[in-house]
Amino acid sequence: MSARPVPLRRTTAGSSAAPAESAPAGTTPAESTPGTSAPDPLRARAAPSLVRTVAALLRKELLVELRTLESVPGMSLFAVTVFVVFHFALNKNAVNGDEAAGILWVTLLLAAVLGINRLFVADAEEGGFDGFLLAPVDRSALLLAKALALLIYLVVLELVAVPAFALLLLEPSLGPALPGLPVVLLLGDLGVAAIGTLVAALAVRTRARDLLGPLLALPLLVPIVIGAARASAPLLTLGHTHGPPLRWLATLAVYDLIFGLIAYAVFDFLLED
Amino acid sequence: MPAKSLRTLSIATVAVMALALALVFFYAPLEAEQGFLQKIFYVHVPLAIVALCGFVVGGLFAIQYLRTRDPRWDLRSYVTIHMSLIFAVGTLISGSIWAKGSWGHWWVWSEPTLVSFLIVFLLYATYQPLRFAIEDPERQARYAAVFAITAGAFVPMNFIAVRLSTAYLHPRVLGSTSNLPPQMALTFLVSLVAIALLFATLCSYELLAKRTRWQLRALRRRLADEYPLSAPRRGRSAAPAHYEVSA
Repeated sequence: MSARPVPLRRTTAGSSAAPAESAPAGTTPAESTPGTSAPDPLRARAAPSLVRTVAALLRKELLVELRTLESVPGMSLFAVTVFVVFHFALNKNAVNGDEAAGILWVTLLLAAVLGINRLFVADAEEGGFDGFLLAPVDRSALLLAKALALLIYLVVLELVAVPAFALLLLEPSLGPALPGLPVVLLLGDLGVAAIGTLVAALAVRTRARDLLGPLLALPLLVPIVIGAARASAPLLTLGHTHGPPLRWLATLAVYDLIFGLIAYAVFDFLLED
Repeated sequence: MPAKSLRTLSIATVAVMALALALVFFYAPLEAEQGFLQKIFYVHVPLAIVALCGFVVGGLFAIQYLRTRDPRWDLRSYVTIHMSLIFAVGTLISGSIWAKGSWGHWWVWSEPTLVSFLIVFLLYATYQPLRFAIEDPERQARYAAVFAITAGAFVPMNFIAVRLSTAYLHPRVLGSTSNLPPQMALTFLVSLVAIALLFATLCSYELLAKRTRWQLRALRRRLADEYPLSAPRRGRSAAPAHYEVSA
């Protein structure tokens, strides 16, 4: 355990700076504009190599997670434990309908908060922010890469947590819910990823980040809980006939879109020093 | 704001508040179903509207801060949100009293305004902890601005989401003034102006107090170790805790 941080730090700083430094050599005139033009704080600057930057950052993120296994296993284990806690707290062997949707989403959110809290910690402590800021790339790339990484974590978490939920607590079988449930889960995850990344970046360089992260995240996630729980409740009801209510899917999608745009608009300001 | 216009504003606030109270108690008719209890409507709803607008305006000031990087905009944003938070507490308490009076419960989940306010309040309650957990004044202002913009945009969205989730809408006069009898509508509008003026006055006083404190601190420092007068801008934060840290 004690030998790990040293190679990890090199990965964090090195791979985020390396693609950036090699990128301007290929397309010089367009690449040099973000650095030289007068900074306009409210306009996100478009870098031609955004996709490549995001891909490199995302690769780094997943590599670090694969090597350290810090977030996803913990989140999954936490979710399963919370299901057990719910069983005893509610004194119920099986749940369905609103109750099932509520338990599933509360558990997923709490597990997501664990991942959100850890999302930027390595960058803040091991110099990943400095390495990224030294690179002449669009700062929004970090937001996109982190949000995508969080999205992947959440999908993996759900691949474990939802079957575990079906096994441990859910009364109706999972089969009939399958066409609709992944759509609801994915729409919920998109919102959690956007809000979670923004909140994690806000909280990580404060004195009380472990406290502030969840405190900031949960109120912002309430509309997602409303939409996702209402949309998945009919799917988790015994003998349900139709898919998820479109009204709630649309609400979720609009909320995801708006918060994605807000996060994109304000994220750059968090990375100025 | 200069002291003279602040005095004018204060006098206007007191006058309009007195007029509003007079209208509420002597002019507006008693409501048929709820009787005297309904008069809390003239406090609760204006408080709610002003607090909400204050949160959004705080977000607009924060945008202005990020544009200009002028610490005065950060101070305005901070004071507006701070005051809105206090008004939001007033909204929650008055709404709770109203709910107890008309339904017999202190808390009613079926009233979207009250529920939305609780969520907004819980979110904004983390504004000051977030601010004061950051030492560097410049970063503190920047992060607070990002929070204020995000939360300001969240306020209307949250209201829509909570309203959608509630099966039935507000059962009574709330929401629009069009279905109010004209006497009630007039009283309501005057109350709204009174509360808005109260908000503006309190914000002005807090702004003036904070600026005076900055100046006083700068003068003291100059007196102590003969600093140039341009130094006071070092302490940009609106945070009282910060004074002790950096002074």
